[in-house]
Amino acid sequence: MQRYIVMRVGQSIIALMILSMVIFALGRVTGDPVILLLPPDATQEAEDILRRSLGLDQSWPIQYWKFISNAVQFDFGDSIKAKRPVLDLIGPKVMNSVRLGLAAMVITLAMGIPLGVLAAVKRDTFFDGGAKLIAVLGQSLPQFWVGIMLIQLFTVQLDLLPAAGTGGVTHYIMPAFTLGWWVAAAIMRLLRSSMLEALDGEYIKMARIKGLSEWKIVWKHTFKNALIPVLTFAGTYLATFITGAILVETVFAWPGLGRLVYDSIIWRDFPVLQTLVLMIAAVVISVNLVVDILYAYIDPRIRYN
Amino acid sequence: MATLSTTVAGGQAFLGRSWRAVRGLRRAPLIPLAIIVIVVFTATFAPLLTPYSTTTPSLADRLTPPAWQEGGSWSHPLGTDALGRDLVTRLMYGGRVSLLVAIFTLLIGGGVGTAIGLISGYFGGRIDAVLMRSADSTLAFPIILFAILLVVAVGPNLANVVIAIALVLWARYARVIRGEVLTLKERDFIARARVAGCSHLRIVLFHLFPNTINTLLVLLTLQVGWVIIVEASLSFLGAGIPPPTPAWGSMVSDGREYVDTAWWVSAMPGVAIMLTVVAFNLFGDWLRDTLDPKLRQV
Repeated sequence: MQRYIVMRVGQSIIALMILSMVIFALGRVTGDPVILLLPPDATQEAEDILRRSLGLDQSWPIQYWKFISNAVQFDFGDSIKAKRPVLDLIGPKVMNSVRLGLAAMVITLAMGIPLGVLAAVKRDTFFDGGAKLIAVLGQSLPQFWVGIMLIQLFTVQLDLLPAAGTGGVTHYIMPAFTLGWWVAAAIMRLLRSSMLEALDGEYIKMARIKGLSEWKIVWKHTFKNALIPVLTFAGTYLATFITGAILVETVFAWPGLGRLVYDSIIWRDFPVLQTLVLMIAAVVISVNLVVDILYAYIDPRIRYN
Repeated sequence: MATLSTTVAGGQAFLGRSWRAVRGLRRAPLIPLAIIVIVVFTATFAPLLTPYSTTTPSLADRLTPPAWQEGGSWSHPLGTDALGRDLVTRLMYGGRVSLLVAIFTLLIGGGVGTAIGLISGYFGGRIDAVLMRSADSTLAFPIILFAILLVVAVGPNLANVVIAIALVLWARYARVIRGEVLTLKERDFIARARVAGCSHLRIVLFHLFPNTINTLLVLLTLQVGWVIIVEASLSFLGAGIPPPTPAWGSMVSDGREYVDTAWWVSAMPGVAIMLTVVAFNLFGDWLRDTLDPKLRQV
């Protein structure tokens, strides 16, 4: 087990390093900052001075080292648009995104689990068809469009829900639903097929012979086993959530990190964008690391693979 | 005699197989197929099908509603946008962008992914471990962020959007094809090919690869919808093909400002995305059930 943990931590660090190198390299191809910062008629001498003061006269490995050591000390430079440290921009938005993410997760589970179980138990009935429709639509409708159509219906036509920003509970309903639906669809489909497989098992027949109630058979014996393949995809779901958050926060003008990603695209604000990507990558890689270690703990076969 | 009977049996098996293929085809989902044909046809022949330009504004016609609504006219069946440009025209040309991006990313991403899957599965060992670890990391990373970063750094154009999406796409092909190769590798015909002295390259190209083609076709079809959504998301965020070239995602974004006065500007391109994606997904589902039912879990 220890060997496995050390190996996985090592892999995660390598992944993060490769990613930081790519981000650094992309930062270099965005253009020479010296030309952007100085007036067009600046002398060669002025250019050299600025280049030296920015550290751009040094070799790439040294520049990369500086980039990394600054990043480790949470110094990510200044935003081009706001002319303030990037971290000051990001800090106040983190909790907004976390709150929206949690609300979306609640909706995902509340939709995905009952519908997935229902579709499997009532296979080939009206319920199965309905759940399938919800799943197909969830994975075929672009989230940004779903958001706009919800605004059209619930804000413009019915005047029931607020279209943008944060505030009361009502502000969460549309964004959280839009964000949750996609992953709910994925969970639903996966849970349905793994439930069907589990319902076929010998131990379910045994439980039936023992005369257990249908409720107990479904939830206690089948569902528990059917959940394992669904949990394997936790890392993928997190990635989907983050992608979705960028789109959903943009549509609903939600003051979170996703919206900041959008703003930095519009303003071509590379320092902000590279910091966001680096931070989100660190979170994703850590979560995957924890999930993998938990898995190896539960299922010893993984450790020796 | 023996040869004759085997030939006959072989013939029957062949007939049986082609009959099954025909019957399978009869059960092909017609509506999705029709939608795919329409999208491909209108995208290909857009310049011949419409009298309007995608870019020239016509301010007198701005925000004309669809024909069935009051104030609409059949000269613009689905209405116009804020610059008075015909929506049907822009949707047809927007389909070009979606399909072009889909074709190129699937060729590049699918090609690279398949090659990696074949190598990984065939050679195994350390190469396999490294390649599959990278595939897993790619799949668990919100790669759209990376695509955005690339497009913002290098500038938005068709080639960069294709590269960005292909960088994500290879991983799924690599995973699935590797799984396929692992089972194929144990079969007798591979062992015989090895005994007959085939080189590694020959075994991979002529014995393994042809046997993965069914899986590959299914996977390619099932991924078209996904690529279209990613491309639309990028262009919605302003990191796709830059305006004034029409793309479905940026058209939805254009309509956001008019959500309370002109619903059709955002709604129509979304419907186009939805119909196309659903059509490709349903067609892919059918293809999977027909060609390769064991892919169910993918």
